Amino acid sequence: MNIYLLLKAVADSEATIRPTTDGKAVNLDGITWVLNPFDEFAVEEALKMRDAAGSGEVVAVSYGGEEVPKVLRNALAMGVDRGIHVKGAATFDALATARALANAVKGQSFDLILCGKSAIDLDNHGVGVMVAELLDLPSVSVVVKIEQKAGKLLCEREVEGGLVVVETPMPCVVCAQKGLNEPRYASLKGIMAAKKKPIDEVEGNAGESQVEVIEIQPKPQRQAGQILGQGVDAIPALIQKLREEAKVL
Amino acid sequence: MDHLLTEQQLDIKSAIREFAEKEIAPSVVERDEKSQFPAEIVRKLGELGFMGVNTPEQYGGAGLDCVSYAIVIEELSRIDPSVGVICSVNNSLICYPLQKFGSDFQHKKYLRPLAEGKLLGAFCLTEPGAGSDASALTTTAIKDGGEYVLTGEKAFITNGLMSDTYIIMARTDKTSKTKGISAFIVDADSKGFRRGVNEKKMGIRSSDCCMIILEECRVPAENLLGNEGDGFKVAMTALDSGRIGIAAQAIGLSQGALEAAVKYSKQREQFGQQIAEFQAIQFKLADMQVMTEAARLLNYSAARKKDAGQRFTVEASMAKLLASDIVMKVAMEAVQIHGGNGFLKDFPVERMLRDAKVTEIYEGTSEIQRTIIARQLLTE
Ligand SMILES: Cc1cc2nc3c(=O)[nH]c(=O)nc-3n(C[C@H](O)[C@H](O)[C@H](O)COP(=O)(O)OP(=O)(O)OC[C@H]3O[C@@H](n4cnc5c(N)ncnc54)[C@H](O)[C@@H]3O)c2cc1C
Repeated sequence: MNIYLLLKAVADSEATIRPTTDGKAVNLDGITWVLNPFDEFAVEEALKMRDAAGSGEVVAVSYGGEEVPKVLRNALAMGVDRGIHVKGAATFDALATARALANAVKGQSFDLILCGKSAIDLDNHGVGVMVAELLDLPSVSVVVKIEQKAGKLLCEREVEGGLVVVETPMPCVVCAQKGLNEPRYASLKGIMAAKKKPIDEVEGNAGESQVEVIEIQPKPQRQAGQILGQGVDAIPALIQKLREEAKVL
Repeated sequence: MDHLLTEQQLDIKSAIREFAEKEIAPSVVERDEKSQFPAEIVRKLGELGFMGVNTPEQYGGAGLDCVSYAIVIEELSRIDPSVGVICSVNNSLICYPLQKFGSDFQHKKYLRPLAEGKLLGAFCLTEPGAGSDASALTTTAIKDGGEYVLTGEKAFITNGLMSDTYIIMARTDKTSKTKGISAFIVDADSKGFRRGVNEKKMGIRSSDCCMIILEECRVPAENLLGNEGDGFKVAMTALDSGRIGIAAQAIGLSQGALEAAVKYSKQREQFGQQIAEFQAIQFKLADMQVMTEAARLLNYSAARKKDAGQRFTVEASMAKLLASDIVMKVAMEAVQIHGGNGFLKDFPVERMLRDAKVTEIYEGTSEIQRTIIARQLLTE
């Protein structure tokens, strides 16, 4: 079982996101880069499937700049066999990212491509399914369970109010949702072993970005809360506020 | 600040930080309140290799350098110094002397499972009548055929209630003070081995601590660690490396208190502005940062000396002395910056101040560290 993982380095969720002075990009100074949390589910699933199959390799592919090697090492420390750093500047255009990744994995032999259903930074939900289109492969997104059955995959995907079970031939692209599994932590042995695993570098071919960033604005400061009173007596004032100020009633 | 750490040390730091934040942080308050041992957390730490960080791979450990070890204990203690000390005792006071003084048999039977986290270890030196003056210990070990018979009481034993394996210092010769002490590896299920009750502590309440009572406890002679008379040397060797662990515990806790203070000072408003805008608060924060970094560097310097195979006794003492001193100051100021809220259990700094104090006491009080440092200065 050969599995390719599409992974993204994202800013740690605790990081304060500030725009650069021209307001068109994010100031990356002092950002701690981590593996996109949804990608961790993909990594865990790939390792489990490889180990269950008893053979094959798991290859982690990531597109971006200097932020990439650290998160690739993180995946290698979890147990991934090797990494490919597709070099290029991270972009706001999901399609450009998808092109760079699709170009990098095209022609490789794999049974499955796994990735997270979205990245917590841009929240585009785009790259996985776009890679599938570019490679002319079937794809299943927002997957919480994967089962192998006679050379096919049965995937449970979340939809509003329930689950849909989808059967897909392989190779295919599956985008992982939280709940798919419990991702493992890197062990000390894993971290040391990661040092000896290869990370190949290839020049990314992302093509022209079709997204133009006009302005990035910091999140507005959260307003302080208000205590309107206590117990039943406060309810009329609360209803009034919800109706007149918040306009939610 | 990256302290010129290697890529691998930085990877270890982010891995253990993630583990601590996800697996340890959620239960800190409850475990402190109920004095509950973090058994599941310790099991997971063992699986990931954190219970035998410096132990060579051939003995089941991770075979890493001592700076990496300090980083691990710091990151655990930044979230919970109880977990920090549990891990430090197993690494420094158990695995390290077992590796240095153990026989092949002891390496296989004890060191490997201890380093792999399959067994937990406790270190028994202190007695009701022998604390700072550890060589005054009176627990006796009398040879009887192929066994030693141990009788006496050990006090304040960290991991005492939960461990499988105990390294116990006992007297095999009454005519010589330090040279009359020997070290033994004792299984918890040995006949004549008994545990006291969990002590009710001011801080690090999620780690346990109890008396160990030995009533003609019979230990096979093959469990003598080193030779007869080596016991004090075994204990001091363990404590040298242990002090790097306790320094790291204090530094990690100090880091946690500093971060809590920074966060609070940006949230709390008085006189129409964030309290972080008052110079009085800024100066406190700056001093807290400088103290924490200074202690961290001194500890890494001790760890690097150990990694270089040089003597590091005094360096470890200095690091432990400074780190335990500054964590008291930093935790105290963190409470001060929180004002009345700092006095409540609703905020973590209340626990942090309680947790800090013990670092000035165990593995040699601050007075004893100064004695060690001064003695070396004056005899050079
Ligand atoms: C939570 C906790 C966990 C512990 N865990 C362990 C453990 O796992 N294993 C273990 O063996 N022990 C353990 N200890 C014991 C600890 O190491 C001792 O408490 C410590 O060494 C001090 O000994 P003491 O308590 O008898 O104090 P004492 O030695 O009675 O000291 C009392 C005071 O006198 C001072 N003093 C003593 N002698 C001198 C001197 N020569 N010069 C100047 N001042 C001096 C001390 O600094 C201190 O201020 C633990 C203690 C605690 C509190």
